[in-house]
Formats: sequence, structure tokens, C-alpha cells
Amino acid sequence: MALEFYSTKLADALNWARKYSLFQYPFVTACCGMEFMALAAPKYDVARFGAEFPRFSPRQADLLIVVGTITEKQGPILQRIWEQMCEPKWVMAFGVCASTGGFYQNYSAMPGCDQVIPVDVYIPGCPPRPEQVLDGLMLLQEKIQDRTGWAQRRQLREHEAVVKAKKGHLPVVG
Amino acid sequence: MSARILDRLREQFGEAVRATFSNHGDECAIVDPARIVEVCAFLRDDPELKMAMLVDLCVVDTLGLDRREGGRFEVVYHLRSMASGRRVRIKALVDEGPSGANPEIDSVVPVWRGANWFEREAWDMYGIKFRNHPDLRRILMYEEFVGHPLRKDYPKEKRQPLVRRDFS
Repeated sequence: MALEFYSTKLADALNWARKYSLFQYPFVTACCGMEFMALAAPKYDVARFGAEFPRFSPRQADLLIVVGTITEKQGPILQRIWEQMCEPKWVMAFGVCASTGGFYQNYSAMPGCDQVIPVDVYIPGCPPRPEQVLDGLMLLQEKIQDRTGWAQRRQLREHEAVVKAKKGHLPVVG
Repeated sequence: MSARILDRLREQFGEAVRATFSNHGDECAIVDPARIVEVCAFLRDDPELKMAMLVDLCVVDTLGLDRREGGRFEVVYHLRSMASGRRVRIKALVDEGPSGANPEIDSVVPVWRGANWFEREAWDMYGIKFRNHPDLRRILMYEEFVGHPLRKDYPKEKRQPLVRRDFS
């Protein structure tokens, strides 16, 4: 019991650290990229929230920001990039196109990137204002702290399954 | 001045120029698709015209429109003379073969190498087969895609997904 208490506290501390040091991988495909630049630039300054560094390698990032329209042709690429990211990882759909396909209803555009990867936060807008994105980022921080991100829930589920099978205790981290 | 382009074409090719019209300074000629390469080479090389630049090559699907005589698809060549700055539009009407086979026309890549990707796009979007094209593959859509999406009879919202999420 004591061990469980400490491992939960450890997870809280880890998630507190994680939510204030998000390393983003911006998957920029369209005009929303301009707004993403405004978000990263000093005026809106996403660095205030600890999401300082865009890492242009999925292996060094824990937040995938899907910025712009995703086409069916890009689906396998986006999925592979998400698979390459280390756990725990989060996904943010930036703008209506990434969230739902937006005004594209045709042969080429995917109706939202959640068709191929799990999304934690949807930010509407065409493009969304930087304030909206910061709001979305704060929502994501809450999710990280509460351990309700998709990857975190999956990790918890898997952990519970292991505990059930072994009838013992394993420390929860994440 | 610019009507001279169409006159030159008619002088040179006679019956192969099926119609010409000019609207607000836009010159257009409809030519026999079988002689499209000849017409294009002439326009490029004629010392008076020197239409050296192929600005664009596009296709119109006229399915459901009244102007269908001669073929369902209009292959449109937009030309410009770098010497005089004049422009002309050449159209060739092609139709589907028996039992819906893809329409065919000769490639103009031997005349303008820049036509290569334009023709690949026309193949991708409309299924126009360009004979003698060096590398007629899809250019925008993926190889797995079935059909040609900008044809008027392609269902408007029909998607052909490559992947969908299969995780819980």
C-alpha cells in the first residue's frame, strides 16, 4: 500500500514535469502553419507554457501537433510519424481541417486526422487564433496531469491487465 | 493583330482547324486531335508566331453539357509567345473509346518537355492517355487510387483511404 502511494505521487510529479516541458513535433501541411508560427513567436510565446522547442524529429517529441489539412495520401505518413514517437505521447489537432476535414468534402482530404491517429485535443478555427491554441494547450496540460491523455489511458489499462494477471503490484509511472 | 495567329493556323492546316473564335482578345482554335503535335510544333517554330512557351495544359470534362459534339473531353493547350507576348489557346476534343476505354491523344512532350508533368496530371485527374509520353504515371494521387477524380461521373465525396485507425 505504501509503495502504491509513493508510485502515484511519483507519477503526479512526473506528469507535472511533463505538462510544463512539452516537446512539440509540428506536422505542418497547410496555411494553419502561419498561425502556428505566430503562436511560437514572441507575441503569443508558447514558451511561457513550457512548450518551447519544436523538435523536427518525432523521436525527440512528445506532442504531435497536426497543423493543416491531411490528405488520404498523407495518412500512412502521419501514422508512421505518430508510431515513431516515444511514449507517453499526445496529439493535438490544430484547426478544423486537422480536426474534421473542415470545408473539404472530396476525394482527397481526410475527414479529420483522428481517422488514423488518436487525438487528445481538438482546436477549431480556420485558422484558430493563437489564444485558442493556448487554451487548447492548457486543456492538454490538465489532461496530462489527470492522466487522461489517450496514450496515458492505454498505459494504465495495460498496467491494470498486468497487475490482474500477476496478482501483484507494479509501480505506475505515467 | 492577334487574329493573325488564327489566320496563320487556318492557312497552314485548313480543314484540321475545325473552328476558331476570339473573345475580348482571347484567341482560341479547335483542332483535329490527330494532328495536335504538328499544330503545336508549327506554333512553336513559325518565325512569325514563336509560341515557345506552354503555359498550361488542362482538360475540361463536358459531361452533361450541351457542347459535346466531337468528344467528351477538351484537352486545352495554353500557349504564349515570349517574343511578342501574345497568347493563344488550342483545344482538341477527344472521346472515350468503345466500352468506356480511356480517351487517347498524342503527347506534346516532344514539342515542349515541360508538358511532361501537365500530361501526367491530366492522366491522373481525367484519365486522358497521352501516346508516346515518356512516363505516364499518376502525379498527385497514389498508385492505389482507382479511377480519375475530376471526371464529372466520379462520385463527389468518394474517398479511397489508404489507412484507417485500427487500434483501441
